[in-house]
Parts: sequence; structure tokens; C-alpha cells
Amino acid sequence: MMSTSVLYDHPGPRARIRNAVLSVVFGVVLLGLLYWIYTKFDQANQWEPRLWEPFTRSATWTQFILPGLWATLKAAGVGMALSLAFGIVFSFGRLSDHWWISVPAGAVVEFFRAVPLLLMIFFIFYGVPFLIKGPVTAFWAVVIGLTLYNGSVLAEAFRAGIKSVPGGQSEAAYAVGMRKNQVMRIILLPQAARAMLPIIVSQLVVLLKDTALGYIVAYPELLQRGVNDLSANYGNIIAAAMVIAVIYIVINSLLTWFAGWLDRRSRVRAFRMPRQTGPVAAADSAPGDGTVVEPQG
Amino acid sequence: MDVFTDPENFDAFVSGFVWILKLTGASAVCALVLGVLLAAMRVSPVPVLRGFGAAWVNIFRNTPLTLVVFFCYFGLYATLGLSLSQELDVNIYWLGVIGLSTYTAAFVCEAVRSGINTVPTGQAEAARAIGLSFAQTLRIVVLPQAARSVIAPLGSILIALCKNATIVGTIGLIEASSVMKDLLNSYGNAVIVIFLVFAGTFAALLIPTGYFFGWLANRLAVKR
Repeated sequence: MMSTSVLYDHPGPRARIRNAVLSVVFGVVLLGLLYWIYTKFDQANQWEPRLWEPFTRSATWTQFILPGLWATLKAAGVGMALSLAFGIVFSFGRLSDHWWISVPAGAVVEFFRAVPLLLMIFFIFYGVPFLIKGPVTAFWAVVIGLTLYNGSVLAEAFRAGIKSVPGGQSEAAYAVGMRKNQVMRIILLPQAARAMLPIIVSQLVVLLKDTALGYIVAYPELLQRGVNDLSANYGNIIAAAMVIAVIYIVINSLLTWFAGWLDRRSRVRAFRMPRQTGPVAAADSAPGDGTVVEPQG
Repeated sequence: MDVFTDPENFDAFVSGFVWILKLTGASAVCALVLGVLLAAMRVSPVPVLRGFGAAWVNIFRNTPLTLVVFFCYFGLYATLGLSLSQELDVNIYWLGVIGLSTYTAAFVCEAVRSGINTVPTGQAEAARAIGLSFAQTLRIVVLPQAARSVIAPLGSILIALCKNATIVGTIGLIEASSVMKDLLNSYGNAVIVIFLVFAGTFAALLIPTGYFFGWLANRLAVKR
């Protein structure tokens, strides 16, 4: 946060007046814009109590929103556990000394990072049933899709994390007679995981947001239950979308805040991740300042 | 392989990817302009501007893109009657561009802001010392240096944007993922080929793009 105050002088009397005037002018324009949006919605009768009243009823929450939220959290939780495992396996694979392990592992990671999640979910949900001669549930289509994509992103993050552990660590481990497998597992991974913790949590935000794609294969998650099914009953799609958006924002803000807290904490105790160079990784640690740049989803 | 030798399917495949590229192109330009503006707001001396930038980032970074795009369709179009073109396809396309760029601008803003933080304090201090105003400091001294350090993050944002463009399919644009879904349903005996062709096209577009931005970032990095 250092440069925000460095870019301009401590305001003197004239600058303070100018800033106040700008604040007021922009504030008025902003309020005008908000009022315009309000009247537009008003003309479309979106503020009728009839549309918002369902949210005061407990049935709305117990039948639609909470089950949806639970399904979202379930998919995100299972997806996160699986993608962590996927990430660890493939980061080890990519760092392997044997080319016949590292090259395929690298290809898998690059491939799944480049393919849109929606394409993967469609393939698993509509394509795989033809191959296995049986249905794939929407839950597993979403979870497997999330695992392949986020697992690949995490594999790259782990690889960067493992490479950032000071070289003396592994040299010392080899010197006391550890095998490569032991060095990775006992020495490097725990330290890398700690340095990568904020990025892992940020990736959870991405994963949680991406569960909303489950809507497309009719997985009954928050967007499906909260916006689609709810508004099918009450005809209040705008109101429902706004309420659901607020729920997503609250959950994800908490996770982002948690990631920032972990980052500040790990910065004090452990070494910091250096800035990543080379091919663009989806997870890129913030250069310079303490905030975590969220991996792209 | 007879799936793609059928000219009808091949045309659908091509038009699906043309939509993706058009969505990516238009949204990338809008998101870049909007994102840089938002970043300038977030570091400005005016508190209301800072608050506006912060609110934008927090709202759109934490909302699923599916919901944003959904809202563009049901909110802007179906409820408020915002119609951008007589043609149905083109109208949905522009609604998609609005959704994608508002969402992506939040990420661009954060990338640019972290880039501004990489510029050494002395640069801004020197700019102030010779009497440049905030706008001049930002425009002439800080942003050009920041731009070179955010090429890599902007590259990954562009790649994510291209993949996210498939989500516009949820409001009815027949883009690549919708075409693939239809083909999967009609050609049950060739699902692997279909997936590999579509996924492979994305990979062929995006993996080189990633390496290109990595190379560009290294080349243009400000050596300090």
C-alpha cells in the first residue's frame, strides 16, 4: 500500500478543497446514476413488495437457498480436496527427474489449464455417458471438471512454491542421505505449502465461484436453486439474483479476507514467494505488496 | 472423423470459435480501458473515487461470472428492455460483452494496481519534486513503468477471459461450448474426437498465448 500516498502530496488547503469538490461532484453523479437505475427498475415494477416478500419467509430459505448453498459448498469442498491431491501429484510429476514422467505431467497440466471449464463439464456430463454406458451425475461432472482445472492451476502454484524453497534446504536433505522422494515430501512440500497457503485459499474462491457453472448441467447449487427455481415460483428473478449475489459476495469476501490474513501471517514467519517469471501462470503472486492477486477463474 | 467432414458441423465449429474470438476481443478492449480507469480511481486522492473503485472490485471479483452474465440478460435485457441490436445473436453478443468486461475490469484493476506498487517510491517522489500533478505523475511516470511489470498478469487475465467467453453460451449465444454440447448429443460414437477437437483448438489458441506473454514480460521487464 506504499504508493497510494506517495503519488500525491499531503493535501494542503487548496488541494483539500479541490478533493472535496471532486468528491461531491463525483458523489452527485454516482447518486444520480444509482437513482436512474432505481427508477428504471421502478418502471419495470421490480421494487414491488410482492417480489421481495418471499425472502422474509423461512420456506424460501429452507427450501431453496440453504439447500443450494449446501450443494455449492459440498461441490466446492470435494472439488478442493481432490484438486489439492491432483495438484500435489502433478507438481511432483512435473518436477520429476525422469522425462517420461515430467513431460506427460507437464502436458496434462498445460492442457487442462487451457481448456474452458464449461467444455470439460459438458464433455463429462454429455460425452462420458456414451463411453461408460451409464449416466454421470451432475455433481460428479461439476466436481471432476473443477478438479481437473483447479488441480492444474494448483500444480503450477505448487511447482513455483517448491522451486522457491531456498536451494540449501534440499542440499542439506540430500547430504543427510534422503532420497528425492523424501526430500520432496518431508522437506520441500511442507515449506512450499505454507508459502502457497494464501494462493491456495484464493483458488478456493475461484473454485467456489465456478461451482455456479453447475447451473448449466442442472446441478442444484446456489444459482440454480436460488435464482432459477426460486424465481420460477415467485417470478422475482431480479430480486433473487441480487440476494444470491450478496450471498456469494459475503462468502467470497470472507475467504479473500482469510487469504489476506494468512498472507500477512506467513510473511512474518516464513520466507516469501518470489515473483514468478516465465510462462504465465494462472496463479501469480502479487509483486511487491502484500495483497494476494486472485488467480483467474 | 466423419463428424467434422460434414460441412454443416464444420461451419458450426468455425462460427462457435469466431463468436469466442469476437467476445474476447471486444471485452478485452473494454475491460482494459475500464480496468485502468478503476485502478487510477483506486490510487487517487479523492476518497469517493477510491471507494467506488474498491466497491466495483469487491462486488465483481466475488460474484460468479455466470451470475453476472445471467443478470445482463435477465436484468438489462429482459427486465429493463436494453436492446443493443435488432438481431437476436448480436444483441446477446453485446450483453455478453458487457458482462465479461465489467467482470474482467475488476481483475485488470487489481493487476494494474499491484503493478503501480512495483514502481519504486523514488520515481513518484521525483515526479512530485519537479512539480507534476497527480494525473501527470500517474500518466507520465508511474503507469508506463507499471504497464511493463503487469504484462504477465494481464496475459493470464486475457487467457481467462477467452475461456470465460464460453459462459455467454448460458444466455443463448451458440458459441464453441454450445456447439460442442450439441455435437456430443448427436454423435454418441465420436465423443472423444469431438472433445479433443474443441479442447485442442482452445489449447492451440491459449497455450502459445501464455508463452508469448511470458516471453514479452521478460523482454519488456524494467531491469532494476
